[in-house]
Amino acid sequence: MIGVPLTHILFLSTALFFIGVFGFLTRRNMITMLMSAELMLNSVNINFIAFNKYLFGHQLDGVFFTLFLIAIAAAEAAVAIAIIINIYRNYQSIDIDDADTLKF
Amino acid sequence: MSASIIALIPLVPLASFLLLGLFGRKYLSAISGWIGTLSLMFSAGLSLVTAYNYFFVSGKVNGVYQQITLAKFTWLAFSPEVSIDMGLFLDPISMMMIVIVTFISLMVHIYSLGYMKGEERFATYYAFLSLFTFSMLGLVLSCNIFQIYMFWELVGVSSYLLISFYFDRPSAVAASKKAFIVTRFADLGFLIGILILAFGAHTLDFKTLIEKLTTATPELHGMISSSFLGLSALTWGLLLVFAGGAGKSAMFPLHIWLPDAMEGPTPVSALIHAATMVVAGVYLVARLFPVFVMSCPGALQVVAYVGIFSSLFAAVIACTQTDIKRVLAYSTMSQIGYMMFALGVSGYSGEGGLGFTASMFHLFTHAMFKALLFLGAGSVIHYVHSNEMKDMGGLRKYMPVTHITFLIACLAIAGVPPFSGFFSKEEILTAAYHSNKAIYMIALFTAGLTAFYMFRLYFSIFWNKEYHAHDESTDAHHGEAPWTMKLPLLLLSILAFAAGFVPFGQFVSSDGHPLASEFHLALAIPPVVIGLLGIILALVMYRGQNNLSEKVSGLFSYLYQAAYRKFYIDEIYLFITRKVIFNLIAVPSAWVDKNLVDGAVNLSASMTGETSELIKGWQSGKMQQYAIWFFAGVIGLVIMFVCMWY
Repeated sequence: MIGVPLTHILFLSTALFFIGVFGFLTRRNMITMLMSAELMLNSVNINFIAFNKYLFGHQLDGVFFTLFLIAIAAAEAAVAIAIIINIYRNYQSIDIDDADTLKF
Repeated sequence: MSASIIALIPLVPLASFLLLGLFGRKYLSAISGWIGTLSLMFSAGLSLVTAYNYFFVSGKVNGVYQQITLAKFTWLAFSPEVSIDMGLFLDPISMMMIVIVTFISLMVHIYSLGYMKGEERFATYYAFLSLFTFSMLGLVLSCNIFQIYMFWELVGVSSYLLISFYFDRPSAVAASKKAFIVTRFADLGFLIGILILAFGAHTLDFKTLIEKLTTATPELHGMISSSFLGLSALTWGLLLVFAGGAGKSAMFPLHIWLPDAMEGPTPVSALIHAATMVVAGVYLVARLFPVFVMSCPGALQVVAYVGIFSSLFAAVIACTQTDIKRVLAYSTMSQIGYMMFALGVSGYSGEGGLGFTASMFHLFTHAMFKALLFLGAGSVIHYVHSNEMKDMGGLRKYMPVTHITFLIACLAIAGVPPFSGFFSKEEILTAAYHSNKAIYMIALFTAGLTAFYMFRLYFSIFWNKEYHAHDESTDAHHGEAPWTMKLPLLLLSILAFAAGFVPFGQFVSSDGHPLASEFHLALAIPPVVIGLLGIILALVMYRGQNNLSEKVSGLFSYLYQAAYRKFYIDEIYLFITRKVIFNLIAVPSAWVDKNLVDGAVNLSASMTGETSELIKGWQSGKMQQYAIWFFAGVIGLVIMFVCMWY
């Protein structure tokens, strides 16, 4: 554990975040977009854990935040999937480009 | 008399108005006439008792009639001194007025039971009559100049509603609008006058106002010394108040609405345009009379000259009109002019105050005989179904009651002794003789004209040619009139005969002291002689069928034409409004409104539209585009902060 420096972990989380952004912007399937959003959230989680360990080793604040974030991500996934099901019922598709009626 | 009982006098007609106005047409149409009549009977009885109580029991202290304010409460206080109060004001003229108003209104209510029978909006008609009676009673009982203004406007509204009662006739609609606009225009002057007086005297209460402006107070001094366009603030205030009064009382040049207002049902003309509403202006001047006479004689001179001019002017026009209601309308204007100039030539107290008493006396007797004349004309119109003299003639055989009562009224207005008009007119002329000889001569001439045109009317209706019904099927089906129409005629004719014997000066005078009216035989003879001359002239010209009237009108053809066209006053007004005001003010302001004001609004709307047209593509509905913009924004912010920190 000692051998892994902070910068490596930050590199990992940054990579994960931008993979998520890329997926979010390019995938047309809503489920995939939801998964990409989860990736971005998880990269934040990793950041919390890493900074907690390396900068404030005697505290647990970062860990608590991570737990909260996991709970929120679970709730968000439930809501998002419910929305996606409803969209599917309306448009018979879960392609994000088909649900574009909310415009000028 | 407790205040709450006196307050019932105006409030009972108000209740009847609300009842009939809200439920009349649906539920009460069969008995609505009786509801209105009974409530008025109650009011009339109550006001008789109140007036009796005031004049004979409680009103006099040490031989002087007091001004009593009852049930006063502050409605709107602008400052400790200036406040709009509501209350009841008891003094000789308000007591006299409530008796006249309720009595004439009661007569009209009873008369309308017959006259308006079968009318579809019968209940509405009675509701409006009740509203009018309420407003007029409120007006005469006002203790505050702003309270009088509010009731003044209510009177205007109810007269508007009554004139346009037959709203399916375009002429009635036009007449009601004309009446409303002309009087409203005058009321603007009244309002400004009130504000000037209130600003100068720091009060709106009549009693305080009169006290402050008739004794040497700093307020009076301030109002006399501050001037605008060469006239003092007091003169401006009083003249503007008089302008309001002149509008309601149809004084020249604001008289144009009165003849047209005859479009309303005839009993309404009797009530509003003869006996009550048009004397509101006289009442207003009489109410502020101490201020006029003691502090501002110049304004009183204006009242006198406007009065005498209107009197003569209307009398000349009345000689040429052929619509019987219009003749009566102009005669009303002429008689109101009499009352006005009687106030104008009056002094304040003692023998000099005769003009004030005479004016109020004439108001009293005029209300009786003019209501009688209008109701008589109404029953003639009811019988003949026409307003034009040429459709009438020889009606004395067919309508004996109307004939006799109409004759009594004509004798009264012509000033033949011992009918009531003789006494009041004699007093007015005496007052004028002692004050201003020129006014006296004109008034004397007008008295002759009055006798002439009234008897022209009388002979044209009841004598002249034989009456032939145009269409037997419609005219012959009813007799003269139902008893509900005859009863008021008979009652009013008794009063038109007897009202002159009231010792009026004992009750009503400008300073509250009883005024012993002396009878001057030398001054009583000229008006009677000239009146009889007028009657004889009318007898010769209109008793039988001859062409004398055409010859005379041919002799004065220009004057006749001008008078027949009412001296082109309406045309002048139309010229001023259509050509001058319309072209010079209305058209440019319409252009400004259409182009500049509307243009600014339209410009802002079209600019918003153009801008949104440009940028609306951003809201594409594509989720991922929004996400790109979002991330781009975040990155932009990051770059910005990084640049700011380093």
